[in-house]
Amino acid sequence: MRNVLATKWGIILVGATIGVLASLLQFWGNPANMGICVACFVRDATGALGLHRAPVVQYLRPEIIGFVLGSFVAAYLFKEFRPRLGSAPIVRFILGALAMIGALIFLGCPWRAVLRLAGGDWNAILGLLGLFAGIWIGTRFLRNGYNLGATHKTYTSVGWLFPLIMAGLLVIMLIYPKIPGEAQSGVLFYSVEGPGSMHAPLIISLILGLVIGFLAQKSRFCTMGALRDLILFKQTHLFSGFVSLAIAAFLTNLIVHQFSPGFVGQPVAHTMHFWNFAGMALAGLAFSLAGGCPGRQLFLSGEGDGDAAVFVVGMVVGAAFAHNFGLASSANGATPAGMVAVLIGLAVCLLIGFTMRENIA
Amino acid sequence: MSDIVNTVDARGFSCPQPVIMTLNGIKKANKGKMEILVDTDTAKENVSRAAGAQGWVVEDIQPEDEGYRITIRKEG
Repeated sequence: MRNVLATKWGIILVGATIGVLASLLQFWGNPANMGICVACFVRDATGALGLHRAPVVQYLRPEIIGFVLGSFVAAYLFKEFRPRLGSAPIVRFILGALAMIGALIFLGCPWRAVLRLAGGDWNAILGLLGLFAGIWIGTRFLRNGYNLGATHKTYTSVGWLFPLIMAGLLVIMLIYPKIPGEAQSGVLFYSVEGPGSMHAPLIISLILGLVIGFLAQKSRFCTMGALRDLILFKQTHLFSGFVSLAIAAFLTNLIVHQFSPGFVGQPVAHTMHFWNFAGMALAGLAFSLAGGCPGRQLFLSGEGDGDAAVFVVGMVVGAAFAHNFGLASSANGATPAGMVAVLIGLAVCLLIGFTMRENIA
Repeated sequence: MSDIVNTVDARGFSCPQPVIMTLNGIKKANKGKMEILVDTDTAKENVSRAAGAQGWVVEDIQPEDEGYRITIRKEG
């Protein structure tokens, strides 16, 4: 059967759908210019579980759960569920953690970078340039034979683990729902103020997450792949999806009056241009070394890729350290510890890129 | 010219490795027939797209084991 969503128009349609839905999620309650941010939302979920205690960013985002489960359903429906693992898990774990730290210094994953741009936050330009730079470095390594080695097939149940964890988190959320004004409900933390307190209704977030997970699995939507394939193969396939996401979000923002251009005073953003650039360069390099942006890693986890799941767990741990160690930026800007973390992170990524290569051709 | 078929085994590798391996094979062979083994649908699509962009024709895609055997060809 021909995969319509993996054609040029298919990927453009999926990008546009994500753009419109992300903008609408903001309209329905998600934080400004953060309709969907995979890094921020994984960070919020990490906080909801109490793994970090930054009170303003704690909410078990149902979108994340939906992404994994939507992809899981699509993979099963189209017989693409392939339980596999074993490609340098510890490296993927570290890359996930470093990618998260870099993203939280910029304050957003690539999805949010374009959503910020589409909302008029010009600081995102620096982030996107950094993302491009990081991925460009990654493609140099790929050209020189960098790779994390092959996966191997594994038991079906292994591929089920990560989707089951997501389903379990959803159950916990239903058992301990948000109590207005309360910072805790059972085992879960809920922000009373700040971005973590802003969210669309649970059911809307969950359903839209499922829809996006389903579409993204079938279309292989990936923002890192968009830039990587453009640089490495001069291929515009995934890139056209990335661009259509930005345009669709921009147009929707205009319609629902969510567009306000400028550098200063943008929501959940800071104006330290160099660190916006450097944070995202670290994230971009880590994504390209790991073979996918945070969204793509979630979708891969849903279709049975245990290594992508390890990357996601790395992001959770990275988010916990980012807030516990004060590495994450705030509206006031990057922190001194965060700046050191970017430099260490880049050094670690370069070490991985230079040393993990073999002649596979 | 003998009809020796070059085979690229990209099973177990995730993108972009299968595409890089295919393009390396294409560069080496220049023309003729080549087979690429992949084990995910994503790799199947990406390899087919990349081969097409290089002017190679995707002749055949056969399911094999848990994946696919893709046959591509370019006439001299």
